[in-house]
Amino acid sequence: MSLTLLNVIIAVVIAIGFAALNAAYLVWAERRGAARIQRRPGPNINGPWGLLQPPLDGIKLMAKQLTIPGGADKVLFIAAPVLAMFPAIMSFVTIPFSDTIVAKNMNVGILMIFAFASMGGMSLVFAGWSSRNKYAMMSSVRAVSQAVAYEIPMLITTITVVMIAGSMDLMEIVHQQSGSILHWNIFPLLGNSHNILMPMSFLIFFTCTLAETNRAPFDLGEAESELVAGFHTEYGSMGFGLFFMGEYANIVIGSCMTTILFLGGWNAPLPFLSFIPGVFWFLLKLYILIATFIWIRWTFPRTTIYGLLNLSWKILIPLSLFNLLLTAGLIKVF
Amino acid sequence: MNSPIELQPDETFILNVGPQHPATHGVLRVKMEMNGEYIVNAETVIGYIHRMHEKMGEVKTYPQFLMNLSRMDYLGALGYSHGHVLLVEKASGIEVPERAEYIRAIMVELNRVSSHLFWFGAFVMDLGGFSPLMYALQDREHILDMLEGVTGSRLTYCYFRFGGVYNDVDDEFISAARRFIPRMRKSLKKYHKLVTGNIIFRKRLEGIAPLTPEMCRKYGASSAVARGSGINFDVRKNEPYSVYPEFDFDVPVFHECDSLARYNVRMEEMEQSLRIIEQGLDKLPDGPFMPEKKPKLIKPPAGDYYQAVETARGSFGIRLVSEGDKTPYRLKLRSPTYSNMHLFDEACRGMMIMDALAFMGSLDLVIPEIDR
Repeated sequence: MSLTLLNVIIAVVIAIGFAALNAAYLVWAERRGAARIQRRPGPNINGPWGLLQPPLDGIKLMAKQLTIPGGADKVLFIAAPVLAMFPAIMSFVTIPFSDTIVAKNMNVGILMIFAFASMGGMSLVFAGWSSRNKYAMMSSVRAVSQAVAYEIPMLITTITVVMIAGSMDLMEIVHQQSGSILHWNIFPLLGNSHNILMPMSFLIFFTCTLAETNRAPFDLGEAESELVAGFHTEYGSMGFGLFFMGEYANIVIGSCMTTILFLGGWNAPLPFLSFIPGVFWFLLKLYILIATFIWIRWTFPRTTIYGLLNLSWKILIPLSLFNLLLTAGLIKVF
Repeated sequence: MNSPIELQPDETFILNVGPQHPATHGVLRVKMEMNGEYIVNAETVIGYIHRMHEKMGEVKTYPQFLMNLSRMDYLGALGYSHGHVLLVEKASGIEVPERAEYIRAIMVELNRVSSHLFWFGAFVMDLGGFSPLMYALQDREHILDMLEGVTGSRLTYCYFRFGGVYNDVDDEFISAARRFIPRMRKSLKKYHKLVTGNIIFRKRLEGIAPLTPEMCRKYGASSAVARGSGINFDVRKNEPYSVYPEFDFDVPVFHECDSLARYNVRMEEMEQSLRIIEQGLDKLPDGPFMPEKKPKLIKPPAGDYYQAVETARGSFGIRLVSEGDKTPYRLKLRSPTYSNMHLFDEACRGMMIMDALAFMGSLDLVIPEIDR
C-alpha cells in the first residue's frame, strides 16, 4: 500500500516537473522560433544555444520586488498568478504519455482537465479586477467573454470524441485509436465514427485551444498595442513570471489534449513503426503542435474582439453542434 | 460592427492612452471617454516633446538652422531639409547645379521608402503581427547604410546645403542603389503576400474608419490620408519643385476612404519612389554638386516666402518672413502630421478602441514632428 502511494507521489512530482520544465523551456523555444522566423539570432549568449536563458530569467524575476499597486485587492492580486499556473500543472497528472507512463489515470480524466481549464479563465478575471487598472479591467472583461465563447465549441467537439470512444477515460480514448494513422480520430475512415467531417472537428478544437490559451491571433486579453499588457499590466517580478509560465503550461495541456483526442495519442502512425516507444510518438506530435502554435503567433496579426466572438457564436458553435449530431447518427447507423 | 450606440452620460469612464503607450509610437496622449470598449469622445493632447524649433529658427542663422529640420521627423528627415533649402535658395536667389538637384531627389525618395518601410512594420505591429516589422527593418537597413555612406549619418541628416549638397555621391552609392531597387521590389511582393492578402489583416482594415474627402479638406490632411480618400493631391505633381517635373511617376489614389486604402496608398508610393530613384540614377548629370559662386553670408532680402514639399508624411509647408537680417523674422513650419492627427478626434467617435488604434496607425504619426 505504502509503496503504491510512494509510486503515485513520484509520478505526480515527475508530471509537475515535466510541466514546469516545459513551461520554462517553451519560452526559450518560442523566442528561438520567433527569431528564426524573423531572421535574427534570438537568445544565444547564455549557455549553448542560449539554453541557460530560462533559469537566468527566472532568477532575475525572483530577485525583483513584487510591487502591489495602491488600492489593489491584495489577496486576489497575489492569488491570481498562482491560479494561472496551478490548474495547468494539476492537469498534467492525468495526461497519459504512453500506455504505461501516466501519473494517475482516472476514468473521468477529460472532465478533470476541463474543470481545471475553466479555472484558468478565473485567474485572468482576478488579475484584471484586483489590479485597479482600467486596461487590466477591460482585458479581464474580454477574457471572460472569450472564455465563455470558446469553451462551448471546445466541449461540444470533445463530446463528439467521447461519444465515438464511449468513454471519458483518456487511456481508453487512445486505445480506441490504435492501429495506423487511418484509425486516428482525425482520419475517421477506419475508425469507429465513419464521420468524414472529423478533420473539421479537429480544426475547431485546435482553434478553441488557441483562443483558450490566449494565444495569437486570439490574444485579446493581453493585446499589447491596445491594452498595454492586458491583465498583467500591473504585475512584475515572479507574478508576471507565473502568468508567463502558466500560458505555456496551458499550451502544453491544449496540445496534449489535441494529440490524445484526435491524433491517436502515443500510437505510431504506421503499424510497423510501433517498435519505437509510444512516449516518443506522443512527444513528437505534442511538439509539432506546439511549433504550429509558435508559427501561427509570429505570422498572423490579432483579430478584433467582435471578430473573435462572431467566429465562435456564428461559425464554430453551429458547426460543432452539427458535427455532434452527424456523429451520433452515424454511430447509430453503423 | 461600429454602429454608434445609445449613450448614457453616466456610463462612461476616462481612459488615458499615453503619453507612454505602445500604440502611440512616441509621446502622444489621447484622453478617451469610453463606454466599455467604445470611444465616446477622444481628445488628443500634444506638446510632450515640444522643442521650440520655430523659435530656434528665429534666433539661429540660416546655416545653423539646417540641422534642426532633420530633428523634426526622424524617419523621413531629408524631405524637411529639402523644403528648407529650397525656400532659402528661392529667397536669396542661389542657383543650384543640376547634379545637386538630382542627388537631392534621389536621396529624398530613398528616405521616403525607408520611412514608409518603418511605418509598414509599425502599422502591422499595431495590429498584432510582429514579424513584418523585422523584415521591413532589414530592408530599411540597406537604405540607411547607403545614406550613411554619402551623408555621414543614419537618421538625422545634415546633408543639404544652400545651393547644393555636402558630399557628392560616389560609384559605390550608385551601384548599391541600383542593386537595391530590384531587391526592394521583390520584398514588396513578399509583403503583399504575407500581409496584404492576410484575411485577418483585411478584416481589420476594410471599411474601418471611413474618412470623407470633405473631412480631409476640413482638417487639411495630406499624404496617404487624403489620397486614400480620393483626393488627388501631391505637391510633387500639383506644385512641382526641384527636378520632379522631369520624372515619370504616378500618384496613387484610392477611393475607399478606409484604413486599407491608406495602407494601399503607402505601399504603392514605395513602388513609385523606386521608379523615381531609378530614373534619377539614369539621368544623373555630371557636373559640380555645389554652385561656383555662393554668397558667404546668407541674408535673404526682406519679404515673405513660402515653399511646400511632399515629405513622407504629407505636404510640408515652410514660410519665411525675412527682414534682410542674418536670422529670419519668422519661420513657420506647417507640419503635415499635425493636420492628419487632428482628424483622429472626430473620426474615432463611436469606434472600438482596437479599431481606433489601428486607425491611428494608418495615419502614420510621428510625434516629434507634430510638436516640433
